[in-house]
Amino acid sequence: MTLDFSPVWAGWEALATGAATTIEVTACSLVLGCVLGLLVGIGRLAPQRRVVFGICTAYLTFIRGTPLLVQLFILFFGLPQFGIMLPAFACGVLGLGVYSGAYVSEIVRGSIQSVDRGQMEAARSLGMPYRMAMRKVILPQAFVRMIPPLGNEFIALIKNSALVSLLTINDLMHEGEKIISVSYRSLEVYIVIAFIYLILTSATSLVLRKTEKSLRADGRV
Amino acid sequence: MSNNVNEPIVSVRQLAKSFGPNRVLNGIDIDVQPSQVIVVIGPSGSGKSTFLRCLNGLETAEEGTVRICGHALVDNGRMIDENGLNRIRKDVGMVFQSFNLFPHLTVLQNVTLAPRSLARVSAAEADAQARALLAKVGLGHKADVYPGTLSGGQKQRVAIARALAMRPQVMLFDEPTSALDPELVGEVLQVMQALASEGMTMLIVTHEMNFARDVADTVVVMDHGSVIEAGPPAQIFGAPREARTRSFLQAVLSREQAV
Repeated sequence: MTLDFSPVWAGWEALATGAATTIEVTACSLVLGCVLGLLVGIGRLAPQRRVVFGICTAYLTFIRGTPLLVQLFILFFGLPQFGIMLPAFACGVLGLGVYSGAYVSEIVRGSIQSVDRGQMEAARSLGMPYRMAMRKVILPQAFVRMIPPLGNEFIALIKNSALVSLLTINDLMHEGEKIISVSYRSLEVYIVIAFIYLILTSATSLVLRKTEKSLRADGRV
Repeated sequence: MSNNVNEPIVSVRQLAKSFGPNRVLNGIDIDVQPSQVIVVIGPSGSGKSTFLRCLNGLETAEEGTVRICGHALVDNGRMIDENGLNRIRKDVGMVFQSFNLFPHLTVLQNVTLAPRSLARVSAAEADAQARALLAKVGLGHKADVYPGTLSGGQKQRVAIARALAMRPQVMLFDEPTSALDPELVGEVLQVMQALASEGMTMLIVTHEMNFARDVADTVVVMDHGSVIEAGPPAQIFGAPREARTRSFLQAVLSREQAV
C-alpha cells in the first residue's frame, strides 16, 4: 500500500479555514476559561464564605468529573429540549471554556496559595485592603507561577477542541473528515491534521516559555 | 487624633488570645508614650511576636482593649471593622523578620506602592519621598534594582523605608535581625537607632540584648503570654526582680559571650 497525499493537498484551502476555525474556537474558550478560572480560583480561597465557596466547588466537581464530550452534547443536543437553541459555535466555545475554566481555577488557586503568606501580611500591614493587595502584590507573583501549568492547559484545550467537530463546527478536524469522506485517504489526512495540531501546540508552548522567561528576568519572582 | 503628652499613643489592657487550646497571650497591659522605644524580650514561644501582631490586627485579639494612634483597634475583645483596620495600619508601620519585600517590584516601587495606591500622592512626589527614604537607610544607589539582588541587611533596610513611606506614627519591629547573617545585623540596628533618636515611637521584639540596653526606654520581659517584668534597661539587665528574667538573661548573655 502506498501513501497518496494528493487529496490532502487538493483540499489545503479547506484545511486552512478549518485550522483558522480551530484557532478561533480555542482562543474564545481560552479567554472564557481564564476569566472563569480566575473567578472560581479566587472564590475557592476562602472556605469561610460558604455560598461562594460552595458554588465554586460544585462547579469544579461537576465539570472536572464528567466527560467533556457529554458536556458538549448536553449543550448542543440537550438544551434545545428546553427551547434553548445556541448556535454550534457558541456551544463549542461555551463547552470548552467552562470545561477549561475548572482546570484553570485549580491552577489559579494553587499559584496564589504558593505565594508566601508574608507577602499578603506586608501588603495588608501597609494599609492595603484585601482586594488591592491581591491585585497589586499577590496576583502579579502568582501569575508567573501559573504560566507553566497554564501552558499545559492551553495545549490540552487546543487538542480537546477537536471534539467540537461533532457539533457540526467546521474546525480542522471536521474539514479533515470531509476530505476523508470523498477520498477515503484517512491515514494521510489524519497524519497531516495531527501535524497541524502539533504546530499549533508547539507555537503556544514556545510563546508561553518566552513570556515566562521575560517575566522572570532581572532576578524577579 | 489626640496624642498629647499625657495620653499614651499605644494603650493595651488585658489583651488575651488563644490558638486552639493554647493561651498565647494572657492579659497583657502596656502603655507606650509618643517617642518611646519599647523592646520586648523573652524566651521563644512567650507570645512576643503574637503580641506585636495584635497591635496592627495581623492577629485577632480575643479579649481586652487596644487603643493605638487614637483609634480603638480592639474594644473589649471586639476588633474594629476592615475599614477602620486599614486606616489604623496606615499609621502603624511594621517590619518583619523575613523582610517580605515584593519581589516583582523594584526597590523604589516597593517603597512607593502603598503611598501611591493609598495616600493618593502623585508619582513624582512619591518617588522623591522614596528616594529620600532610601538615601536615609543608605540605599539611594539601589533604587532601581529588584530585591532579589540585595543582601539580607539591605532588604531589611528597604523594608524599613517601605514602612516609613506611609509616615507612620508607630513602628513595630518583629525580630528584624533574626534572619540576618551576623555581620549584617549592625547596619539594620544602626538605621533603627537613628530612627529612635529622631523620636519615632517604636515597639521592637528582638534578641539583640546590647541594642535593647542602648536604645530602649523600657524593656518588657514576656514569658508564657504574660509580661513578667518591665522597666528601664539598667534595671532589667542590672537588677532583675524576677527569677525567670534572670535565668532568661543568663542563658542569652552567656551565649553572646561564648560567641
